[in-house]
Amino acid sequence: MKYIPIIGLEVHVELATESKMFCNCPAEHFGVEPNTHTCPVCLGLPGALPVPNKKALEWTIMLSQALGCKINLESHFDRKNYFYPDLPKGYQITQYERPFGENGGVSLKNQESGIKKIRIRRVHLEEDTGKLQHAEINGESVSLVDFNRSGVPLVEIVTEPDFRSIEEVDEYLKKLQKIIRYLGISNADMEKGSMRIEPSVSIAPISNFKFKTPNLPNYRVELKNINSFRFARKAIDYEIKRQTELLEKGDKIIQQTRGWDDIRNVTVPQREKEKAHDYRYFPEPDIPPIELTGEQVSGIKYQGELPDEKFARFQKDYGLSDYDAGILTENRETADYYEAAVKAANVLVGADREIPLKLWRKMIANQIINKKVNTAETVPAELVKKIVESKKTSEVDEEKLDAAVNEVLNNNSEVVASFKNGKTGVIGFLIGSVKRIVPADPRLIEEKLRKKL
Amino acid sequence: MELNKLTLTEAMDGLSEYKFTGRDLVSACLSRIKEVEPKINAFITVTAEAANKEASEIQEKPGDIKPFLGVPAAIKDNFNTKGLKTTAASNIIRDYVAPYDATVVHKIKESGAVIIGKTNMDAFAHGSSTETSDFGPTKNPWNTDYLPGGSSGGSAAAVAADETIFAIGSETAGSIRQPAAWCGVVGLKPTYGRVSRYGLIAMASSTDSPGPITKTVADARTVYRVIAGFDLFDATSADRPVSDSGNLKKIAGLKIGLPKEYFRTEAQPGVNETVMAAAKKLESLGARVLEVSLFDPKYAISVYTILQRSEVSSNLARFDGIRFGGTRDQFNEENKRRIMLGTYTLQSGYYEAYYQKAQKIRTIIIEDFNRVFEKVDLLLSPVSPTTAQKVGASANQAMFGEISDILIEPSSIAGLPGISVPCGFVKGLPVGMQLVGPMWSENLILDTAQEYEQATEWHKQKPNL
Repeated sequence: MKYIPIIGLEVHVELATESKMFCNCPAEHFGVEPNTHTCPVCLGLPGALPVPNKKALEWTIMLSQALGCKINLESHFDRKNYFYPDLPKGYQITQYERPFGENGGVSLKNQESGIKKIRIRRVHLEEDTGKLQHAEINGESVSLVDFNRSGVPLVEIVTEPDFRSIEEVDEYLKKLQKIIRYLGISNADMEKGSMRIEPSVSIAPISNFKFKTPNLPNYRVELKNINSFRFARKAIDYEIKRQTELLEKGDKIIQQTRGWDDIRNVTVPQREKEKAHDYRYFPEPDIPPIELTGEQVSGIKYQGELPDEKFARFQKDYGLSDYDAGILTENRETADYYEAAVKAANVLVGADREIPLKLWRKMIANQIINKKVNTAETVPAELVKKIVESKKTSEVDEEKLDAAVNEVLNNNSEVVASFKNGKTGVIGFLIGSVKRIVPADPRLIEEKLRKKL
Repeated sequence: MELNKLTLTEAMDGLSEYKFTGRDLVSACLSRIKEVEPKINAFITVTAEAANKEASEIQEKPGDIKPFLGVPAAIKDNFNTKGLKTTAASNIIRDYVAPYDATVVHKIKESGAVIIGKTNMDAFAHGSSTETSDFGPTKNPWNTDYLPGGSSGGSAAAVAADETIFAIGSETAGSIRQPAAWCGVVGLKPTYGRVSRYGLIAMASSTDSPGPITKTVADARTVYRVIAGFDLFDATSADRPVSDSGNLKKIAGLKIGLPKEYFRTEAQPGVNETVMAAAKKLESLGARVLEVSLFDPKYAISVYTILQRSEVSSNLARFDGIRFGGTRDQFNEENKRRIMLGTYTLQSGYYEAYYQKAQKIRTIIIEDFNRVFEKVDLLLSPVSPTTAQKVGASANQAMFGEISDILIEPSSIAGLPGISVPCGFVKGLPVGMQLVGPMWSENLILDTAQEYEQATEWHKQKPNL
């Protein structure tokens, strides 16, 4: 039987606010000495109270809107009660009943059928936990807690189980990361843990999907401990294979949480989820409900272009290919750099229209994409000048180059002889000699030399 | 002159007239503590050495102008005090030393008051007797066979026994007013959000309100003004000015409602009558006293019990046995009972039937008060249906607090301000009358209570210890 994967994603993103979610401690925790960015609030000391970070609220609402969500004008925080040593209050402040954003979507492009929409179920704000470190001190195995991360603002983006392939998951994650980076609300760096992925994977016989509203499987396997895009692909791939084998053997798949073991390249069971944990959610009494007006919500909309909009405009305005527009809009900095260079070209070479503007756009794109321009060091105008220079040399020098090749061959008859005797390595010497007279592309020189030889 | 017997107003006047020094006041209170503590047990921690040192240092800085400079104060032991043990009267944090000051403590310190000790209470404020303290019960100064009430029983008893000039308490539903009534002192429970909860070890977060316990209404007003106001560290604190009513508002013309459901038939004989006599007194001062009707307060008990236990079960989760010293088996019977009930009412499947339903009824109770405050300015009733109960009365009575606080719980869950003022005695034990007003009506409540107090002598009576 053929099976189709049913995948949903929960993505956690740490917001890059200066201070934590509910206190004034610095939110920076990567590579910081343990337990130095803490206070009574994020340590959960008796009597301490949470006061929400306005910036984190705004950024969550901004992201929700960028993901096409409906914003709940009345929202509140809830307590999620559970015991864990990295959770100092014994509950996590999160949003359960009324998340800031609901019912959004992200469109994927690379599908055969054209555009596929991944539905976003909810976008909510919560606090991160501390970090456990298991170590050995004086020969004793101990667990240490670092509370620097405790209370760092965390946005959770939950999709519907709309993914049907690993490629879709991959595209969605990259797109989500790009949007988050465009908004400038997080570096969304998976290696540093500021973006974390928890896929839920199940599989169903493909025959179930002939109908418009297919029956989803009655179980799901949640995957944890994934800290790179590569591991996400590998873990999902492994899980699909594992589940397929089980179904083919006629076994039942257990609903559970499994962790990715990146040494053995397998997923291993973490805890059975047959009986769901009861988190005893209730509205957080320490924080009054948040009421927003429509104007406030539109006031915190991202004012710039989102990646899709920019991509479309780059294609339209600059006549760029899918590939070029894609790379140039990969991040805001490159896109801005490209546009500044196009503008500079307009000004610098505008009067002398030897080369049509359209070609300029393409040349600048090539330069940025293929030559990996250091955008931090080269200002856009300088890049344009460089292109002009190199253009001049490459056009004028065709004749000069031929002359130089002839000159070198005539002046080095011994070397030419040894080349013809089979010591082909000497060509390097000849290329170098030509290059000293006319600085051109060595590959071009070699080509000309070989013709003559 | 026994300086420890002074009211806050008298102490402040005497200090400003150089009749005595802060050091004199502090040592008078400390020696009173030494004298009566074996009988009363109002304090968990007495900071004799630090208080003496602080009071002496004040002498060396005569230019310092602060309202309470050199005045001794006692703080309920659920307020965090930097460098000082903060136990909430529970074994689980028996030796816990807080690394920061609660906002109220910070304000009291900034005003120049000298903290002479931390007062006893029901462990984690779970109770109305101070008998559930893990540090032994506090006794009522009027008769040590009787309870002081609670949970701020230590603060109320310390004020009644003149062990301090004033004290700070906290109320979730009755914990200031009921012990103040049973000990014959004044207790003000401000509007929820008026006084910051930051640094107060949470009981039920949605009703916890710090407030003063004092010898007179004027003192309560003075302390209230110091501790009230917006706090950036408490998201539920109200960003509105604590206005000063300035001139005393006259009782004449005021409409005072007597909710008939609050004069309960099961009340201890004499209590309702004493409060009715106070109503007559207010009438003679020019108030229009009329009977009004509110929901039977018994409904508020169910609502309050569910909401409070739910919040307690979550608030006490941080005492997880990893930090702060003790382990969870050190919670006492009452703590465990509340954690278990709250855990039950928040369970999925029960949450809608209990917690959510209770929230809905809470809204209805608030509307009920709003409706009655369209007709009257203030409500008058007994604080508690009885005077102080005998030591041992709360044992194995899971609903002891709810029954003794039945007349307070409705206004507490509505967030309303209220005061307890001494208004007489039944069989040698004090009776407190309660004035409750709309949100933010502290000044009206204080004005009315003060005029009543000035026309009576009840507050001048002292227990014979």
